[in-house]
Amino acid sequence: MKPLIEVENLKFSYKTKQVLDDIRFSVFERDFVAMTGANGAGKSTILKLLLGELTPDAGSIRLLGEDVSQFQDWPSIGYVPQKSLVTEGRFPATAEEIVLANLYPQIGLMRFPKKAHREKARKALAMVGLQEEVKTLIGNMSGGQQQRVMIARVLVSEPKIMILDEPTTGIDAQTVKALYELLARLNQENGLTILMVTHDLARASAYVSRIFCLEEDSLLELEKSQILDELSHKHKHPARDAQTAGFKGEGVCHGHS
Amino acid sequence: MAILEYDFMRRAFIVGILLAVIIPCIGIIVVLKRLSLIGDALSHTSLAGVAAGLILGVNPILGAAVACALAALSIEAIRKKLPQYAEMSIAVIMSAGIGLAGVLSGFVKNAANFNSFLFGSIVAISDLELLLVAATSFAVMAVFLLLYKELFYIALDEKAARLAGIPVKKINFIFTILTALTVSVAARTVGALVVSSMMVIPVACAMQLGKSFKQTLFYAIGFAVLFTVLGLFSAYYAGLKPGGTIVLIGVCCLVVLFSMKKWISTGK
Repeated sequence: MKPLIEVENLKFSYKTKQVLDDIRFSVFERDFVAMTGANGAGKSTILKLLLGELTPDAGSIRLLGEDVSQFQDWPSIGYVPQKSLVTEGRFPATAEEIVLANLYPQIGLMRFPKKAHREKARKALAMVGLQEEVKTLIGNMSGGQQQRVMIARVLVSEPKIMILDEPTTGIDAQTVKALYELLARLNQENGLTILMVTHDLARASAYVSRIFCLEEDSLLELEKSQILDELSHKHKHPARDAQTAGFKGEGVCHGHS
Repeated sequence: MAILEYDFMRRAFIVGILLAVIIPCIGIIVVLKRLSLIGDALSHTSLAGVAAGLILGVNPILGAAVACALAALSIEAIRKKLPQYAEMSIAVIMSAGIGLAGVLSGFVKNAANFNSFLFGSIVAISDLELLLVAATSFAVMAVFLLLYKELFYIALDEKAARLAGIPVKKINFIFTILTALTVSVAARTVGALVVSSMMVIPVACAMQLGKSFKQTLFYAIGFAVLFTVLGLFSAYYAGLKPGGTIVLIGVCCLVVLFSMKKWISTGK
């Protein structure tokens, strides 16, 4: 399997505070990876480093075999943000307009989208089950539907890897399940590689193939069996509420550090 | 119609309608980027340029354009370096602009000329100003049309636009210049204190009705043209100041739309 993301000896600190120390991991083709960790463990920092927004203090990041500082093929990296202006406010745009936007660089400056581009956008929306909502304003959609539009926006560019930042934030339990099923289907049937930052390891673990856990500036990979043991142990613990704190990713990380 | 028999009124309608088409084009991007106050900051700073132009004997519209461009680029630079202070950067630049305009206005010999830039003088448009507004309007419309989809994506999600391969920096720079140009030209005609309202109110009205981005843009232009035409008619027949009348009609329309929308949604 070819690694799409390779991180070696990565170090990063904000001024004097070390956030990441000697981080190393690889994400291979067709992987579905969940990255978890407590608040402030450095999950967002890793994403910023992967997307070239921050520069590492030491170590290297290679995307599709190329160093991130030289990397140009950003359309191959589909990024789904946690929250954006689109989902926060009432941005006056339809699902189709939002998805179509990711094709603009292909269409080129000073040119307008053609029928084929619109077809492509509609196909991407159909892939996430929103074929009936093409002309719906994003502000009139539910949180789950908005997140699907964000995923369709990435899919339309046919990326090699999709990176999601906390995709289930603010979405109800039923919709979260449907979202994970969608991601698992895209991974298994379309061969899409996925790296997802999440707090919701309990529910996500049933769908992902690998789990990375960030804690105290280091990263370790957990076996799926370890996670299931840990979660079932927490389920049985009478002092913990399975739906709240004890059921979350950070608890799991603590248990294995 | 008697009103159109006067040359100065015909000019007022031409200039007003041209500006009513281009200001919402700039306004929709500004509002969706959550930088609604940028119009205020630039129009106030343009006054500093007007004062400097009048003192130095340079065309005050040129002075306004240079001051606006500098202010817009400063806001963009601060917004980029310190994104969490985007709103504050606008307030700081606006304060600097007002301060400078206040101090410089003390050295302007012809105070009436300076004051005409505050609320505009749409019914006293010279040949040069008519030509300047027309040229600027066509330039802004052409560039906006050509970069329409990129501007939409940047307003929607700047980070995603960059990752998708859109030259965000270059397009933001071009848009900044377009904004500065529009504000400085509009300052002379509808007035520096009115141009920022014209940037936001028609867009706010359109957002109550638009079912897509494109439709919202067309509605915003439609509202701006409607407010301008109604404002000029009312100003002429009721003897009111045109700039202020145009804005007040817009505000009334927005209040009506808000109330209707709320009434419809609670009535369901």
